[in-house]
Amino acid sequence: MKKTIVSAILIGIFMLYCFLHAANAIAIVPTTATTSRSSSSSTSAATATATSGTTSTPVATSTSASTYKNGTYTGSVADAQWGVVQVQVVIQNGEIINVQFLQYPNERNRSVEINSYADPILVNEAIKAQSAKVDIVSGATDTSQAFIQSLSNALSQAQG
Amino acid sequence: MKQLQLLMGMPITVEILDASATEADIERVFAYFRFIDETFSTYKEESEISKINRGELAEEEYSDAVKMILALSEQTRQETHGYFDIERDGFIDPSGIVKGWAIFQAAQMLKEAGFGNFYIDAGGDIQVAGTKNGHPWRVGIRNPFNRNENVKVLSITDKGVATSGTAIRGQHIYNPYQPQRTIQDIVSLTVIGPNVYEADRFATAAFAMGKKGIYFIEQLAGFEGYMIDSSARATYTSNFERYVLKDDKTA
Repeated sequence: MKKTIVSAILIGIFMLYCFLHAANAIAIVPTTATTSRSSSSSTSAATATATSGTTSTPVATSTSASTYKNGTYTGSVADAQWGVVQVQVVIQNGEIINVQFLQYPNERNRSVEINSYADPILVNEAIKAQSAKVDIVSGATDTSQAFIQSLSNALSQAQG
Repeated sequence: MKQLQLLMGMPITVEILDASATEADIERVFAYFRFIDETFSTYKEESEISKINRGELAEEEYSDAVKMILALSEQTRQETHGYFDIERDGFIDPSGIVKGWAIFQAAQMLKEAGFGNFYIDAGGDIQVAGTKNGHPWRVGIRNPFNRNENVKVLSITDKGVATSGTAIRGQHIYNPYQPQRTIQDIVSLTVIGPNVYEADRFATAAFAMGKKGIYFIEQLAGFEGYMIDSSARATYTSNFERYVLKDDKTA
């Protein structure tokens, strides 16, 4: 009975998260890292709601110690519903030094006519790449379940 | 000295350029983030926030950290005309404010330890201090439609930068009855502020406001913003360009 209530709350919270996330980027994400190893009962391509029930080890705990073998590891291809996500991690001296995206949903915009309305105060422009080298990148947090899945998979390989 | 760890479900990077920095200094920052995660995660059953949401803690039992975050959340709710609200259906989820606050606090720890040139990046929200190799830090604003590309490169020092958005999803809504009308739902909103806590909470609230959000940022003194909508057009505040790196014309 207790378990049922706890899981109902967990699912509820996760659905709330999904709902909030649709309108807003929420900072802290579920740390339910579903690795593709057999311990997880859900399939690797499961949707976010399906994987929410599994309470597995947070990614964090498995990364705080320098337990990874050096090398470059490619994560599994995970379904992000809008496309697929696949990441690659680079381990040096037992620590993660880089996480790169090999694949990600890359939807092209529909070509829509631009509304002539624009507030007179603010400048409006079509985005275009600025190619100067950067030290850091700011962007919306990669919070998708697919990201966590592919990453966990790459890290489990690194643990050998 | 630079280190990346995955905490709170996202990559967190700390780089300290001061020569005196040691492993232990960086580890203290990560230990702090672990404490934050243990306290505020809504996904950890044993976190204080989860206990509060299950009604297991009376208000007088809340820790100082939680009381502080609740007070800051309430202040932000009022300052953003209710667009920022951590409560929904009787549950609280302060994650929209915790990250920025935690990065800011961690940066203060480093400053107090005497470091002047560093950055902390938690899932794309960033606090920079000082400079890198004599030039201001260069912070790219990622193209939400192509994550290998930056649409702007900022040149900043002692500032916070935060982006709210839906990078991986790229939702599109199309109204077949009014095809000539662009539905300008926004995809990404980057805010530059005096520190990452301020930048993050206002980026979160302004993103929730939709297209009006950039005008909200425009009226805030000391903040600039760059908003990208679903038709890949950007609107930016009137002094935003002063932070944009001037491209080398010979390149």
